[in-house]
Amino acid sequence: MSVWPRFLPLLTLLIVAGPGTGSAEADDRRSGFDFMGPQTQAMQSDDTSNPGMLAVLEGEELWNRKAGAADKSCADCHGDATRSMRGVAAHYPAFDTGTGGPINLDQRINLCRENKQEAEPFPWESEEILALSAFVGHQSRGMPVQVGDDSRLAGFIKQGDDAFHQKQGQLNFSCADCHDANWGKHLGGSVIPQAHATGYPIYRLEWQSVGSLQRRLRNCMSGVRAEPYSYGSPEFVELELYLMSRSRGMAVETPAVRP
Amino acid sequence: MARTLINVPPTAKRGEVIEIKTLISHPMETGFRTGPDGALIPRDIIHRFVCTYNGEEIFSADLFPAITANPFITFTTVATESGELALSWTDDKGQTQTETAKITVE
Repeated sequence: MSVWPRFLPLLTLLIVAGPGTGSAEADDRRSGFDFMGPQTQAMQSDDTSNPGMLAVLEGEELWNRKAGAADKSCADCHGDATRSMRGVAAHYPAFDTGTGGPINLDQRINLCRENKQEAEPFPWESEEILALSAFVGHQSRGMPVQVGDDSRLAGFIKQGDDAFHQKQGQLNFSCADCHDANWGKHLGGSVIPQAHATGYPIYRLEWQSVGSLQRRLRNCMSGVRAEPYSYGSPEFVELELYLMSRSRGMAVETPAVRP
Repeated sequence: MARTLINVPPTAKRGEVIEIKTLISHPMETGFRTGPDGALIPRDIIHRFVCTYNGEEIFSADLFPAITANPFITFTTVATESGELALSWTDDKGQTQTETAKITVE
């Protein structure tokens, strides 16, 4: 006789009492990293097996490449990114005085590109913008997320918060219905994480490529049969802003690997 | 050409088993997908990977369409002498990319 039958009820009890009840409190926050299998975690942790590092290398080249009518590279103004960009991505989305609202890192890069380099902005989700934001994001790896202390953004965070709790789509789910109320449980074969966007742009194995937080959010929205916002829409940036303010103090992981 | 990430230990003891990790950016287009116009996107995969150690082949692999984009290949070998490891990937367009890494064996 094996010992299993005796322990089985106990095991069942442990599984039932596992995580996934109520919203994640401040000290109970976990990165998506913690919900992954050990193989995927190892893939992210080793820079020579993390495919997101290919984008970082690409971004480094773009950083030093001259572009636009001004014939300037990012490095011509910002210099060595390992110093000048250290900790920068941890503050994004950030308040932009020009538009009077929040902008994300991709938008900041493209603003620089338009105004300083006098070049065409990169299209959303293009290899170039993902590479540059992965490169800039990588300079903040391990540093705590700083979003959420700018009083000018309080109203926008509130709007993102409302969007997070707004039921939507044919399935009538809000983001919170899964990521606050049911994190740690399974949706199909996948574990539901807590919605802390600390590793973007991520290399997602399902995509076999690097992608932005907005691409990920569009996935979720079409998943609940809602009409996804378009790339760069104010709703998305507010949602990004709210998600990052939730993650305040957690470590930046860019480029993260996710299943 | 494509970006690669190679991890070869710079030094090793003679007779030690060393692990070599390689990652290359490649779309690995299967040839089974259709584009927006409904036509098949032509197959473009890396179909061959070879690693030589001071000119001698120590590891090779044939790759097939089911292998992911940006393939990660890892394998082990015995460190016998100081020298150079040459890693080369060949794709369906006939392009071969070769990267080298030095190793010092004590």
